[in-house]
Amino acid sequence: MVSLIPGPITVGGVVLDNHLLLAAGILGTTGSSLKRILSFGAGGVVTKSIGPQPKDGHAGPCLVVLGDGLLNAMGLPNPSKEFVDEIASLVKEPVIVSIFGGNPDEFALVASWFEGRVAGFELNLSCPHAEGYGAAIGTDPDLVEACTRAVSRMGMPTWVKLTPNVTDITVIGKAAERGGASAIVAINTVKAMRISTGIQRPVLGNRYGGLSGSAVFPIAVRCVYELYEACTIPIIGCGGVATADNVIEMMMAGASAVEIGSALYNDVKIFETIKADLYRKDGLTPEQIIGSAHE
Amino acid sequence: MSENLALPVSILRVKKETPLIRTFVFDRSFAFSPGQFVMVWIPGIDEIPMALSSENTNTVQNAGDATDAMFALDPGDKLGIRGPFGNGFTKGEKVLGIAGGVGAAPLLPLALTDCVMTLLLGARTENELLFVDQLDECTDVLIATDDGTLGMKGYVTMLMDDLNLGAYDRIAVCGPEVMMRAVLTKVEEKGIAHKTEFSLHRYMKCGIGVCGSCCIDPSGLRVCRDGPVFSGDMLLKSEFGHYMRDASGRKKNL
Repeated sequence: MVSLIPGPITVGGVVLDNHLLLAAGILGTTGSSLKRILSFGAGGVVTKSIGPQPKDGHAGPCLVVLGDGLLNAMGLPNPSKEFVDEIASLVKEPVIVSIFGGNPDEFALVASWFEGRVAGFELNLSCPHAEGYGAAIGTDPDLVEACTRAVSRMGMPTWVKLTPNVTDITVIGKAAERGGASAIVAINTVKAMRISTGIQRPVLGNRYGGLSGSAVFPIAVRCVYELYEACTIPIIGCGGVATADNVIEMMMAGASAVEIGSALYNDVKIFETIKADLYRKDGLTPEQIIGSAHE
Repeated sequence: MSENLALPVSILRVKKETPLIRTFVFDRSFAFSPGQFVMVWIPGIDEIPMALSSENTNTVQNAGDATDAMFALDPGDKLGIRGPFGNGFTKGEKVLGIAGGVGAAPLLPLALTDCVMTLLLGARTENELLFVDQLDECTDVLIATDDGTLGMKGYVTMLMDDLNLGAYDRIAVCGPEVMMRAVLTKVEEKGIAHKTEFSLHRYMKCGIGVCGSCCIDPSGLRVCRDGPVFSGDMLLKSEFGHYMRDASGRKKNL
């Protein structure tokens, strides 16, 4: 297998210990949980998405385990401004705060609470199951550009997480780039549904949800590959990454780093597991791998 | 991963245990160890974590919208069950059980394994004592009620003062968190927090250890996956007994 040389990297304006980040929405609700995942070897962590007002999220069931992935509809539960205190002790750590809003002003407001207190922002323009937020905005290139600009002009690293639930993801990626994004994160979950044949109802309280995990890895690789051809800013690959070989594949498609989420279901210490397989002192440099699958 | 969609169960019957507590008997059994929980889906309403009181029953205290909806169900109605999840109580040879209110639900199946020598059972008042007869048949039950209508007048923790706690190799505790915190303080004083286990209740969304809504401070451990039963020494100097988080993740003092 192709190996990588270890060492700190800088991606989208953020310095990371390694190429592996915790994805938004997984174990990122409290400061102590984020600290625990950092202690397990994550190069950086992305928090649960924080919005302008506290939200309880959708009624349950909020998540089910499938054979090759997770299907969830949490509904953006978040403590809003109280999260500033929640992560106050992590001020020097590689913490990216995920934020969402219903318009550019709300994105700017939430971002302002964390200015100077986190390593960067990840804009959630991609949650597939929250009315008026996430993908409701993230499928409109003009809104993506405006929301990105509203945050990027603060001068902090601004990553934009994209939804795959569009006809052409490069149109959205280019809009984020025009808005001043420092990096693109691809992808958020794929809109999906399962129905309980025994209960005769969709298995999620919200009916629709987002699919993550190994089932979406090929979709994520395709999106990263397309974005690498269309955009010049770094791409962070996200979606079903579970092994060191998956990391290399994402990087060959064009990713400069990866985010890992659903794989923590099987192994909460997966960052250590992957690092042990991924890095060798005589490995290749990231530059030799990133985008190397393109002709 | 193997697929774990909710399994449909039909309610066979509903037994009124106390004015506030009912037992729902299902037509399907689940292999479990005492202290493990299931996620109970009330279709159209919500999904909530619930300890199993036997392989085919949940014993539920009415405490909110979801349990309100559950109490309105009749035999023949369907629920969805995911689980069992989490870690149950560690088996011992000479266990002391301490239960407050509906906290007797996960301790009854433990007592039925014949390892519980003594069980301290508390409630606000006599008619809120849960499983008195069933527990009496399998262990030595000592009772306390807040108002003195049965047993000692006062909190269940006061019953501990008359026992030689050194005679037990494990202590298993489930009840209101303020009561459990009082037990933790006592066992810490006696240097036996490490052999005392507490079953925690926290708001949960996923039940499988990924969403983070039930993580406790300062360890970041997940109640649904690393618990819900925790050793007392892991709960010293923690949020336990002080605060918990609501659905949005905001802290709420107890």
